[in-house]
Amino acid sequence: MTKALERDEHGVSAARWEHFPHDADVGVVGLGSTKAEAFEQAALALTAVVTDPRQVRTTEIVAVECRAADDELLLVEWLNALVFEMAVRGMVFGDFSVEIDDTTLRATARGERVDVGRHEPAVEIKGATMTALRVASGPDGWRAQCVVDV
Amino acid sequence: MDLSSLDKKSDHEWWIPPAGAMRVPGVIYGSETLVRDMDEKVREQVANVATLPGIQRASYAMPDAHWGYGFPIGGVAAFDPREGGIVSAGGVGFDISCGVRTLRTGLRTDVVESVARTLAHELSRRVPAGVGSHGRIHLEDDEIDAMLAGGAAWAVQHGYGSEADLDRIEERGCAADAVPAAVSPRARRRQQDEMGTLGSGNHYLEVQRVAEVFDEAVARAFGLAVDDIVVSIHCGSRGLGHQIGTEFLRDMAVAAPRFGIVLPDRELACAPVDSEIGQRYLGAMRAGINCALANRQIITHLVRQAFHHVVPQATLDVLYDVSHNTCKLESHVCDGAAKPVFIHRKGATRALGPGHPDLPETLRPIGQPVLIGGTMGTASYVLVGTPVAERLSFSSSCHGAGRAMSRHQALRTWHGRQVVDELAARGIIVRSPSSRGVAEEAPGAYKDVGAVVDAADAAGLSRKVARLVPLVCVKG
Repeated sequence: MTKALERDEHGVSAARWEHFPHDADVGVVGLGSTKAEAFEQAALALTAVVTDPRQVRTTEIVAVECRAADDELLLVEWLNALVFEMAVRGMVFGDFSVEIDDTTLRATARGERVDVGRHEPAVEIKGATMTALRVASGPDGWRAQCVVDV
Repeated sequence: MDLSSLDKKSDHEWWIPPAGAMRVPGVIYGSETLVRDMDEKVREQVANVATLPGIQRASYAMPDAHWGYGFPIGGVAAFDPREGGIVSAGGVGFDISCGVRTLRTGLRTDVVESVARTLAHELSRRVPAGVGSHGRIHLEDDEIDAMLAGGAAWAVQHGYGSEADLDRIEERGCAADAVPAAVSPRARRRQQDEMGTLGSGNHYLEVQRVAEVFDEAVARAFGLAVDDIVVSIHCGSRGLGHQIGTEFLRDMAVAAPRFGIVLPDRELACAPVDSEIGQRYLGAMRAGINCALANRQIITHLVRQAFHHVVPQATLDVLYDVSHNTCKLESHVCDGAAKPVFIHRKGATRALGPGHPDLPETLRPIGQPVLIGGTMGTASYVLVGTPVAERLSFSSSCHGAGRAMSRHQALRTWHGRQVVDELAARGIIVRSPSSRGVAEEAPGAYKDVGAVVDAADAAGLSRKVARLVPLVCVKG
């Protein structure tokens, strides 16, 4: 596991993200006190595959909505929706606000257009996968994770 | 991988005996060291593929196999639709038809070394690479349809290269029976501005020197000699292929129970070849292959422009173009008789032996060039298809080095600037918009490609012809 980053603005929140190794690619993990918060953090972990989320200015807002039959497929749908928006808008995102209503996710993603000099984007993400896919709650809160193909 | 769980058939062939739901054995090719160093997940994934309906002969893994998505990367498996055989989006992967194309420049090392810096500049200026880069071509929807149906042939019709190039591409540069209508609006949108772009990650464009020749006769037939300069392009179907993979993985995972297919791993998402979704995927995936072939054709044109600007006498003929992530309908011998099967190669290279009817006449007596990509600091290889590979692996071979270290670990181990400087000291010029990207792709983060190629050669999957070392590397 890589070192987790605390979100300062959340003070004592358990919300944080991590990466875990996969042979050729990267695993992303979001942790939070709610499912929605874990999904927000998983999205930050996704951004961190490309660039340091703290370097992203949140000047533009993009709305995202997706549906899936279960929580795990919803995580894949959510991350893939972000991969799509990043690709077609040429953007990176540094802040996310997620609401989950049963099988529907509604979110806003805040970010900016890629600035190669400042962001030093490492790699494009091809897609989120169902490998090591898990969305579950435990005594420490919610965990949302999967491997992303880069 | 625990070797005690495998039956050693020879120094380079290891079997997983059928157990549980496995319909056929698993076969892993590689030296003892390579196989021992493989993740345990590879064994598990090879065994899982062996459970899928309609699988023929065995579930194979090439010497560079590593943990993939459902299928191992380096996995090869064939399915017969008349036996309920399936097609799997995970068995092809996200980067449909990612592959390598090598061009012979007609130039010698001394000529290119003297202009290498200018060449590196021209190549990095003309071939868009990296996150967020766009090509100079914008395609509207009807043009995307034509591109998806026509592949490299479409690109040639639009002035990117010549008819002669097509002879040296699998299926003459165009996968038949592509169905552009099966490609979603989102996949199209991702591709609108990405034609002729290299991408990022392990994709690259390299100017390489032939450093060593192992088989003089075949090298001569391929037009390669020590100190010749070639150019290799490694990239795939860009956003369009990624989106097709994403959508069909999801749809097949949801649909599989409807067909009574029990998936030991959701990522093995598949559907019967003869189902509506199976046919739709094949149509879309073939369109994705055509997108990758058109993309490499356009990049070839840009490379030619860059070279001609610096060294006008450069010729830049296509040696060959191979695709790594595909599902193709091919004829193979199963149970003693040849029959059509849908063969998945996920991170594996088709490797046809001499005399194969699908090879162009000029290559038929020799066998197919098998192009193996290395890292920006080590070597790439040209191999040739063998007659025995049909029996061993449905005429398939390895595709590259494979990572030995995660991206995160690489980032903690190297700085991009340090990698660029160290390579420069060895005479290798690296051009990349991303220092972090270079660190993640540091040569030390990869397995020893030489060991992989030696194992492919020793196992008989293909035979070594030449070793190529980089002079210039353009990374995304």
